[in-house]
Amino acid sequence: MTTLATLAPVTTRPRPVADVLTMLRRSLLRAVRYPGLTVFLVAGPLVMLVLFVYVFGGAFGVGVAPGVTPGADGRAAYLDYITPTLLVITIVGGATSVATSAAMDAAGGIMARFKTMAISSGSVLSGMVLGFVVQALAALVLVLGAAVAMGYRPDADALDWVALLGLFILLGLALNWLCVAMGLNARSVETASNAPMILLLLPFLGSGFVPVETMPTAVRWFAEHQPFTPIIETVRGLLAGNPDNSTAMLAVGWCLVIGVAGYAWARSLYRRERRI
Amino acid sequence: MSSPTAGPAIEVAGLRKSYRSKAGEQLVLDGVDLVVPAGTVTALLGPNGAGKTTAVGVLTTLLAADAGTVRVAGHDVARDPDAVRASIGVTGQITAVDELLTGAENLRLMAELNHLGRVAGRRRTAELLERFDLAEAGAKPVATYSGGMKRKLDLAMTLVGSPSVVFLDEPTTGLDPRSRRTLWDEVRALVAGGTTILLTTQYLEEADQLADSVAVLHAGRIVAEGTPAELKAVHDAGSLDDVFLALTEPPTHDDTDTTKETVR
Repeated sequence: MTTLATLAPVTTRPRPVADVLTMLRRSLLRAVRYPGLTVFLVAGPLVMLVLFVYVFGGAFGVGVAPGVTPGADGRAAYLDYITPTLLVITIVGGATSVATSAAMDAAGGIMARFKTMAISSGSVLSGMVLGFVVQALAALVLVLGAAVAMGYRPDADALDWVALLGLFILLGLALNWLCVAMGLNARSVETASNAPMILLLLPFLGSGFVPVETMPTAVRWFAEHQPFTPIIETVRGLLAGNPDNSTAMLAVGWCLVIGVAGYAWARSLYRRERRI
Repeated sequence: MSSPTAGPAIEVAGLRKSYRSKAGEQLVLDGVDLVVPAGTVTALLGPNGAGKTTAVGVLTTLLAADAGTVRVAGHDVARDPDAVRASIGVTGQITAVDELLTGAENLRLMAELNHLGRVAGRRRTAELLERFDLAEAGAKPVATYSGGMKRKLDLAMTLVGSPSVVFLDEPTTGLDPRSRRTLWDEVRALVAGGTTILLTTQYLEEADQLADSVAVLHAGRIVAEGTPAELKAVHDAGSLDDVFLALTEPPTHDDTDTTKETVR
């Protein structure tokens, strides 16, 4: 044991906060260097917003707001109805790209390099997740701005806005952890975004685009019980200035379940031995 | 940060490792013993599939051993992986750089993860860019680099934390002769500075040029160990190539000794 005393002092003191911030900086720097991805994050919801409001909205608006006449009034009603949905879809879209990012790091040597360094083991994925949450929040501002430019007028008060921000951050963390795990679980970078794509379908199979009451029984049952319905309804309620507490609790509950499960899955995949 | 370790830099005893998959269990390392004295270069030589990369994986804390003890820089890899990680630098077979960042940003990332501090990190980055002939390319994205430049950056990133033990897994595979020479010079400079190096290679000339000691890994075991000169003398061979071929005969030819003689 005398040899141990003569060892050069090695700094093994963990510095998780510093390491997470370093990885977050890397993630944001990558976003700046590869702006195509962020543009894609914003472009998708924008195209849907324009398409659904200006093409379908005149007719769809009648279905979501009883008493509204088709045409301009319908479009305005439908803009009100789907802006919250598209904000949620913006967060989902961001999460699908974190899967690709995680798969790229795992396939290249850099994740192995990080694993052989004395850094906090959670920092590699945490930095990536936080970076994509920041990107998604930036994309949200742009999508909401576009909706406002199209005539959308939210009735949220200051407290509602704070609650919205909190919910979006929570949803972003939950979906990004889940998608990081899906990316690490993928066999290749090309297939990494396949599994998360299913998440993009869920708002359609919920109250995202039409009221669930109009759906056939089986679809309606699914729509009423899947996580995106309470999440979208909560966002809708907060933006309209009349949130429903029990729906909000359900939305937060789903986010926590998805987030904790995604985090645990991602951690175990990160620690799994990859055959080399 | 060359550690004044009293003992050897790497001590491996009875290392066993197998991979389990649906197809069954595949034994890759079947009782490997290896000692690398501090401040020397040891080359781990072996054909494809001999287990070189798996051995490096266990030594660098990426893989867990099934049996045996492994100590690197005085620390047990299983009990104290973070102390091992703080002492080592690893350049794996796959180039481990961030292609979207510039060369300088990659090095600064390593400096931050090594907690060097802003000023020291920038100094170290500039110094390594200079040393690896990347000063001019430092501000350009790595995606625009040639294979040789990426490999040099890869090694530079490994050295940011001034590791006392450096693992190089087939570092010159796919490099042109000039880039290979540059890397060799760098390895020699590192050893002159007191760093210990474990190198895996399929290039026998590389082992001959660089290594103080060569260990031949075949079918999961070390089948020969010694200085390049010793190995050549023992096997009565003119070059390490002959030693390699004699020692790593594919198992299917084992029972035909006479054929082996004529082939030689």
